[in-house]
Amino acid sequence: MSTDTEVGADLPDHLVAHGEIRQTEVRQTHRVVIRFAGDSGDGMQLTGDRFTSEAAAFGNDLATLPNFPAEIRAPAGTLPGVSSFQLHFADYDILTPGDRPDVLVAMNPAALKSNLSDLPHGGVLIVNTDEFTKRNLTKVGYEANPLEDDSLAPYQVHRVAMATITRTALEPTGMSKKDAERAKNMFALGLLSWMYHRGTEGTEAFLREKFAKKPELAEANILAFRTGWNYGETTESFAVTYEVAPAALPTGTYRQITGNLALAYGVVAAGQLSKLPVFLGTYPITPASDVLHELSKHKGMGVTTFQAEDEIAGIGAALGASFGGALGVTSTSGPGVALKSETIGLAVALELPLLILDVQRGGPSTGLPTKTEQADLLQAMYGRNGEAPVPIIAPASPSECFAAAIEAAKIAITYRTPVFLLSDGAIANGSEPWNVPDVNDLPDLSVEFATAPNSPDGTEFWPYLRDDDTLARPWAVPGTAGLEHRIGGLEKADGRGSISYDPDNHDRMVRLRQAKIDGITVADVEVDDPDGAAEVLVLGWGSTFGPIGAACRRVRAAGMSVAQAHVRSMNPLPGNLGDVLHRYRRVVVPEMNLGQFAMMLRARYLVDVRSYTKVAGLPFGAEELAGVLTDAVKGDLPA
Amino acid sequence: MTAVDLPTPQRGGLDLVPTTDETQKAKDFTSDQEVRWCPGCGDYAVLASVRSFLPELGLRRENIVFVSGIGCSSRFPYYLDTYGMHSIHGRAPAIATGLAVTRPDLSVWVVTGDGDALSIGGNHLIHALRRNMNITILLFNNRIYGLTKGQYSPTSEVGKVTKSTPMGSVDAPFNPVSLALGAEATFVGRALDSDRKGLTEVLRQAAAHRGASLVEIFQDCPIFNDGSFDVLRKGDDVAQRLIPLVDGEPIRFGNDGEYGVVRADSGGLEVRPVAEVGEDALVTHRAGEQDPTQAFALSRLSDQDLTHTVTGIFRKVDRPTYDDGARAQVTAATEQAQQRGDNLQALLTGKDTWAVMPTPEQEA
Repeated sequence: MSTDTEVGADLPDHLVAHGEIRQTEVRQTHRVVIRFAGDSGDGMQLTGDRFTSEAAAFGNDLATLPNFPAEIRAPAGTLPGVSSFQLHFADYDILTPGDRPDVLVAMNPAALKSNLSDLPHGGVLIVNTDEFTKRNLTKVGYEANPLEDDSLAPYQVHRVAMATITRTALEPTGMSKKDAERAKNMFALGLLSWMYHRGTEGTEAFLREKFAKKPELAEANILAFRTGWNYGETTESFAVTYEVAPAALPTGTYRQITGNLALAYGVVAAGQLSKLPVFLGTYPITPASDVLHELSKHKGMGVTTFQAEDEIAGIGAALGASFGGALGVTSTSGPGVALKSETIGLAVALELPLLILDVQRGGPSTGLPTKTEQADLLQAMYGRNGEAPVPIIAPASPSECFAAAIEAAKIAITYRTPVFLLSDGAIANGSEPWNVPDVNDLPDLSVEFATAPNSPDGTEFWPYLRDDDTLARPWAVPGTAGLEHRIGGLEKADGRGSISYDPDNHDRMVRLRQAKIDGITVADVEVDDPDGAAEVLVLGWGSTFGPIGAACRRVRAAGMSVAQAHVRSMNPLPGNLGDVLHRYRRVVVPEMNLGQFAMMLRARYLVDVRSYTKVAGLPFGAEELAGVLTDAVKGDLPA
Repeated sequence: MTAVDLPTPQRGGLDLVPTTDETQKAKDFTSDQEVRWCPGCGDYAVLASVRSFLPELGLRRENIVFVSGIGCSSRFPYYLDTYGMHSIHGRAPAIATGLAVTRPDLSVWVVTGDGDALSIGGNHLIHALRRNMNITILLFNNRIYGLTKGQYSPTSEVGKVTKSTPMGSVDAPFNPVSLALGAEATFVGRALDSDRKGLTEVLRQAAAHRGASLVEIFQDCPIFNDGSFDVLRKGDDVAQRLIPLVDGEPIRFGNDGEYGVVRADSGGLEVRPVAEVGEDALVTHRAGEQDPTQAFALSRLSDQDLTHTVTGIFRKVDRPTYDDGARAQVTAATEQAQQRGDNLQALLTGKDTWAVMPTPEQEA
């Protein structure tokens, strides 16, 4: 679908030479970006998910970007009610869900109006004409019907009366007109599946399972799906179909996974690897709730989930469970972190393991619940009273959430500390292929609980006597005879652990807690500098990894040199980071906030990093970042 | 959404906690921390009662945990040689919840005050009671903020002059027993700090109760609210003020049992001279009655000015506990998982996978 230039821009070098497109009925292409857009009630997320599953099963590399309103059902047909799902699939390793769609499926005027500006000229536009009534057009401010004037002339437009055709096809089922028309998303899915040579069996099996209790609905949806497929095959308006070959990814067994699912699996795995029961104390909040939903299914794997009365009780219960020797976990988003802050501070003082999974969203306050942002970094770093350092792990992609959860648990258990894991809305709901790990390759997280007195004279248990290497205190769980002790938020005497208001002791304890976190073993940051000639380093963290990587490919394809590095441990920072930063003439830090990581880097390393920031609720575009990096390479980047 | 019938295990509150044959004494439960409450503080009396009561339970000391919030009373755990956590303001019931759910072998106690439990922690208190967590909550009510030096609390009388209410408090107070009953508490009791016998009896039954037990303990703050409960301790009319509840007995009090509790025209209860209404009119106390209506009506007989104060056990009924239910689900799911042979690798791999095979060059 993409033109040669667009393909080449995002392609690794070895593929660029082969990027030609044959002008035959079946065209081969390296990558396609499809966006399904419709009303919140049109089932666009389901449609996108299904197409994604087919692409995954076919072996394409893929990345997805669901984008939906916070309202469950915003007023029908309005601009705020538009829900979309963008899928990028390819025959090579891609990094982002794509900046702009090659194909836009618009189910109503609102979807067309709010998405058309993203469709490049020449792009394919498939429109459900049935919704283009005068009333619906007026609702979104169209004075004239865009299907009837020449405003869509720059695009390859396919006008399809999806609702009418679906309704007619479903007439024999005896369903009401309204119910029949609701299956039009499956018609659209069928049509796209035909266009891209996707199988039908997977979707049909999926629908039969989804509607197992209502077989008539399953068959109606399958009929709509096949009608869409047949529509493509029999009408002449679609003269060309496209093939995207499987991607040559590293060998292994792959599955499709979202960030929240990978996060939940990582927590289950951490429980198994540590042989600790997992206790999730949490409160529903977008976009983190799916972690609760998923973990609540895995009671059979030693996971207890507790939906508390509020965010504070969620983390409180998790900390109580940790005190009892479980792996306490809480999941939330920014507003929930604000409420949990005092308990996180208590966990710092108690020095007990605790995982805080923060799936960041747009802020401040309620902000943009369903949109992505990275603006909780400084809240995670510093958002507590007193000196209360907490390690922070930030996965770079949906599938990385699995390993990140295990790493966070490992730090929490080893160092007896609360640990933040900063995901975000884009990672949480986005999906990609995951090379499923062999569980035998996962780290051992087993714990040694304290079992005997440890005081110098061997008669008492001192809860704050630290391990020389890790500075971690012993974890003695209730039920252990002879180790009865009291901990709490009041400052404790170094070693013995009794209440202490001694000024020197407090100074020592504050520094010990900081030293413990600073001393956590963190992997060095790796720099990708293919030709070794780069003077500009682009440094990212979290979900910006994909767009930054795609931007670097574009810049390098244009003959320029740029180095890329990505930080996954935000606290403590990798030991070699300072050296890396000082090695480059210019360091650019793109972030979906107003420069929080840049501020940390400037303060810590005295490096004049340049921020590039955006807080639009959507990931960076590769093209946009490529422009920024090009400016940086040419020395045109504004301060 | 569908609802499923859940099993209702019937057990005592401490049935899963390991016991010891060793003889225990109050001093075995005394930690090496120096007690730092003000001289004359009611907390001393409660601490003495609890220390001398705990040996009676015969539990292994290491399987007892006291969790507290913030306030004078919340220093309590430091003075007991059990496991303990002095947490943050109002959150002790939440922390105890996670502990109780994951550790059925522990006897979990919460120590809290009127400010801690009813003001900043009100939400956690009502939800712990509603869920019927298997924990015992000791609510020390001195009707004042002591540790912050004398502001009115959510149980202070209307009109109370304090540092923060120089013209008198205009805040309507909670009746903790009424609140607990409204929150579906399955065990609610009340005792005076100085009434060692009455307090111990309420503690005994609270500990034996499976589910959330709320024990309100009236307690003096000699510094900021001195003598606040004196009318219930000394003087000629104490017996005319205190209404002790005895399960299965007509509710009758006074020096010679001259007063009794009868049904009122309002639908609630009222105090009347027995001579006027006759013995047959007296209501009988039934702590085990599922319907909380009478227990609630009894709670309303306690006046802010302490003209009457009801003590004893208002309610003690069986209801499934959250922690038993949650553990039963985990146990059942674990058995099913073992029968199916579920394992981590199968979970991670899932059902829809594809394989990327080595290319011929890679294999070569």
